[in-house]
Amino acid sequence: MTAKASGKKKTMLKIRKYWPLFVMTLPGVIYFIINNYVPMYGLTIAFREVDYAKGIFSGDWVGLKNFEFLFKTKDAWNITRNTLLYNGVFIILNTVLALMLAIMLNEVRIRVVQRFCQTVVLLPYLISIIIVAYLLYAFLAEDTGYINSVILPALGKDKISWYTTPKYWPVILVLVNAWKNVGYLTIVYFASVIGIDSQFYEAAKLDGATNWQLITRITLPAIAPTICTMVLLSIGRIFYSDFGLFYQVPMNSGPLVGVTNVMDTYVYRGLMQLNDIGMSSAASAYQSIIGCILVVIANLVVKKFNPDNALV
Amino acid sequence: MTKKKVNGFQVISTIVLLLIAAICIIPFILMVSASFTDNATVAVSGYSFIPRKFSLEAYQYLWKEGLKILRSVGISFMVTGVGTMLSIFITLLLAYPLSRADYPFQKSATIFVFLTMLFNGGMVPTYLVYTRLFHINNTYWALIIPGLLVNGFYVMLMRTYIRTSIPLEILEAARIDGMGEFQILFKMIFPLSTPIIATVGLLVGVSYWNDWYNALLYIREEEMYSLQVLLSKILQNAQFLATNVSMGGYMSGSSTSVPSTTVRMAIAVVGTIPILAVYPFFQKYFEKGLLVGAVKG
Repeated sequence: MTAKASGKKKTMLKIRKYWPLFVMTLPGVIYFIINNYVPMYGLTIAFREVDYAKGIFSGDWVGLKNFEFLFKTKDAWNITRNTLLYNGVFIILNTVLALMLAIMLNEVRIRVVQRFCQTVVLLPYLISIIIVAYLLYAFLAEDTGYINSVILPALGKDKISWYTTPKYWPVILVLVNAWKNVGYLTIVYFASVIGIDSQFYEAAKLDGATNWQLITRITLPAIAPTICTMVLLSIGRIFYSDFGLFYQVPMNSGPLVGVTNVMDTYVYRGLMQLNDIGMSSAASAYQSIIGCILVVIANLVVKKFNPDNALV
Repeated sequence: MTKKKVNGFQVISTIVLLLIAAICIIPFILMVSASFTDNATVAVSGYSFIPRKFSLEAYQYLWKEGLKILRSVGISFMVTGVGTMLSIFITLLLAYPLSRADYPFQKSATIFVFLTMLFNGGMVPTYLVYTRLFHINNTYWALIIPGLLVNGFYVMLMRTYIRTSIPLEILEAARIDGMGEFQILFKMIFPLSTPIIATVGLLVGVSYWNDWYNALLYIREEEMYSLQVLLSKILQNAQFLATNVSMGGYMSGSSTSVPSTTVRMAIAVVGTIPILAVYPFFQKYFEKGLLVGAVKG
């Protein structure tokens, strides 16, 4: 009896001590419930009939019917292929470019130049994708764009209608993505390159190592954990696509949809333009579920050899 | 040339990096130059890196007639300001208890936040939650709340900062002096956490300023467009500028007098300036935040 009373007293004391901390967490917790947890539950609509009368998240269960519809269309294959291929190319190209630039940035001996480059390469990363779309438009616009009005005439070539010709867009999107994101990745790798102990280099130079040997035998192995982490995390996100890049940059142009349609644009168009909730929720769930699995796997692999950098 | 030998690789590196820097800047030059060019000249001979015929008409037009544009700039500033402040406030409130090892719910709350970093419901359920359950579409809240307000990653970032860089003894002493938790948070933790608050605030601020996704999903009223969405509408539909900007028919022959090719670029310049303005000033915070963000983003 006394033990129980003192237990109760302890609890009371705990409540008195910690209630302010509990109150502090409330706004954030409520936000995550609304913004993250309810939508996670909402994933179930992909397995339900859309029935506004019953409430959006409580239609009758229909099993995998929505998914059957989705995978019968050729869109499902097309968006999966586009998403995986584009992201695959982005990961490889951006990593190679960023590593080259990070290593070269470290070789720049003029301080002002180094600092200047460090500053400038981050700018594309910080502006919105819509501004990027404008910058590209200044080059590619049909009548007034720099390429059509200056470069092609100078080469004696005809104008190209960029925004209606799909064949150029895989290359354009890869270049735009590299322009926007390589700088950021360069800075990440650069931070690890400058962390390497300079004694390694001094010793190797005394032994007569060439620049190429310094890079392949010292620099790359030393920053390998960072490289693996970054690459794995991007592979984990390979099922998510940069909506802005594929929607805003090609200016949502109809003729280009075949080469610009990825998961996110498909879900968006299904939801907002076709109002096909069944199909778009199936596509959305398909992306979320496989995406989540990949993120978790990637993080577990990262954890294996670089525990500090893993989420899980 | 005495001690430090400059080798060929260093020279090549410097040249390559300068080239890359140029590639990063050149598109901006084209945009700015286009915005300062005479509209008729652009229509004839296209955008160019040096204005063929210098003119301020695009900016004069924005200033005089671009009511809708000024309005959207105002909305963007308001959303960025309110959103960033709210975000910092809620993030800090959540991060502090999570940093306290003695808080009974510390573990479970951390897992709760952490799971939001791994899983998400995706576009469709999120859209339905906000439009069908909370009905925030076509309100300014739709520009502030969905997706952007609190980010689990920033909560963790702040929690780790508070835990590792603020000595426990200080907090203990404050408690003995009779300060309550809220007083401790606002009078001690807050001022001692300025570096991390600046970092998170900047990252959040930039994502609010650059955001167009929320408006695209939740806003139908053109009156409520933030700058980025207005920009995207103008880009995708050249007529948008001519037909909508001059709001009402009090301008005579408005649709023909809009210097649209150059005004577009001028608005894009307006959308870029805040980022350029804030960037060098806070560069060290940015880089720090981006670097930590890199590994955990």
